Amino acid sequence: MAPETADPAAAPEAAAAGSVAEAAPPTKAARAVELALGRRELSIAVVTIALYVYFLNTVVDFASTENLQTLGTFIAATAIIAAGQVFLMISGEIDLSVGQVFALTAFVMYYLDDAGVPLMLAVVLSLVGASLIGLVNGLITTVIGVSSFITTLGAFFFLNGLTLTISNGRPVATPGGETFTNIFGGGAYSGILWAIGITLALQLVLMRTRWGLHTFAVGGNLLGSREAGIRVRWVKTRNFMLASTLAGFAGILEAVRITSTDPLAGGSGIMFAAIASAVIGGTLLAGGSGTVIGAFLGACVLGILRDGFTLQGVSAFTFDLILGIAILVAMVVDIYVTRLRHRGGRGET
Amino acid sequence: MGEVLRVEGVAKRFGPVTALRNVDLHLEHGEVLGLLGDNGAGKSTLIKILSGYYKPDAGAIYLDGEPVEISSVVHARSLGIDTVYQDLALVDELSVFHNVFLNREILHPIPLLNNRAMRRRAAEAINDIGVDIPSVKVPVARLSGGQRQAIAIARSVHSDARILLLDEPLAAMGVREGALVLDLIRRLRESGDVSIVMILHNYVHVFQACDRVNLLNDGEIVLDKPTAESSVEELTEIVVKEFRNGRRHAGS
Repeated sequence: MAPETADPAAAPEAAAAGSVAEAAPPTKAARAVELALGRRELSIAVVTIALYVYFLNTVVDFASTENLQTLGTFIAATAIIAAGQVFLMISGEIDLSVGQVFALTAFVMYYLDDAGVPLMLAVVLSLVGASLIGLVNGLITTVIGVSSFITTLGAFFFLNGLTLTISNGRPVATPGGETFTNIFGGGAYSGILWAIGITLALQLVLMRTRWGLHTFAVGGNLLGSREAGIRVRWVKTRNFMLASTLAGFAGILEAVRITSTDPLAGGSGIMFAAIASAVIGGTLLAGGSGTVIGAFLGACVLGILRDGFTLQGVSAFTFDLILGIAILVAMVVDIYVTRLRHRGGRGET
Repeated sequence: MGEVLRVEGVAKRFGPVTALRNVDLHLEHGEVLGLLGDNGAGKSTLIKILSGYYKPDAGAIYLDGEPVEISSVVHARSLGIDTVYQDLALVDELSVFHNVFLNREILHPIPLLNNRAMRRRAAEAINDIGVDIPSVKVPVARLSGGQRQAIAIARSVHSDARILLLDEPLAAMGVREGALVLDLIRRLRESGDVSIVMILHNYVHVFQACDRVNLLNDGEIVLDKPTAESSVEELTEIVVKEFRNGRRHAGS
């Protein structure tokens, strides 16, 4: 049921949003309301912009080139990991080990380079290694039937121990010449451009390919998907591999950016940030719903908050305090909006 | 037109439990066969064997007189056997047209979903079987039980199924919703393109929609009769008798 009475405040929004709408509901105002409630990305985009504008007005130099670059680095790695996590979460699983894959992959690249493997090949091989971690996580989860929470919790500790062991717990200098460094994370906007590119590409995969459709199907109705002949184990395992590979790639980008490969990089911090981004962006932990663009915007919200608070001189302790509240508020509002949506508008994913 | 499906001596055990003892069954072209039986009689197991979900321990299956070994759900489908399960295998979050084409999506020359083509053909398919829904774009969650069943059946029919297996198509459905589905089954029967085996619980529905009825008890077919030569009373009597027999076997 779209509301019949046109809200004057919503009218200009309707005109702006009109081109996005696919269906043709009765009035423009109704369409705007439906869109605002039905499209999770839109509401999170509004929050992102509002936060940005807030800090723009309260923090000196928030719009400076330097700060934009900083902001990009705050967002990039989280957004890339979140993109993979979205696929996994939509299909009803989760990967807690992405932060450890993040650290390990950069080390594998370092050791391969050290052993004389050409650097580009070392990148590819270390990413293949990361995807194999995802494969193992996926097989243990889907074939043996251990819940992904436990599987990847085990992987979390195992990989952490592995990275610390092979590195003796000491950071090393990340290899790479100037061009390599500029492309893979060292360039001013390199990380965020990778993040945007990966987000757009994976959003396309999610919404317009069989892989994406089956990811939704498996998360929405596992038994039904199996009965429809979908190879549900493979769909999930492929998503584990995607999540791991992206985590590894983010790890390489970060190692190159800070020119040091640190065994303690990533860890649970970036894993939780990625999951929080996905959740803030509208991905359900229960599966069946979510978008990559939403997760990217979620990462933007976290990045802007962190950057803005840092510049405002808010301490790291207070930051976590506020972040915790922000996540809870976002989720409570989400549940409220979801109820509204089910009562009225459209319930599209 | 003759026989499309024959099952001979099919048996299936799950560990210590014997689900199917020795099942013989046949299905004529264009026929609607009702499969009755108590809970645990083996109806669902039989359907799942025919749909490639389980492999039988013994026995043979013939399609158009040729012996076949159905190795998977996908294989069963490629043979023209399609199943609509009780839980319908519909994904609530996905739109009607994505559900109709689930796992047989239409793609562009590049491997991207051709949503426009799927929308159009899903609308045609649903129109063909005479079911009324608001739009093929709405998520399945927004449809009623009868509409959902119709979508699931439309999906099977659209995939050129020659043999349709329906697992309790009227379960948990109100009278009006049930009538919608029964109507749909009658129309399919009149079209003559598809032969149907359906599990039912309600004897009245058997006489409303089926040409012939088979009664499954304790893993065996104990009655095979055209509905025209039987009645609700006769079926009830046999079921009660069989149930007592079963009790006596179990007791001795």
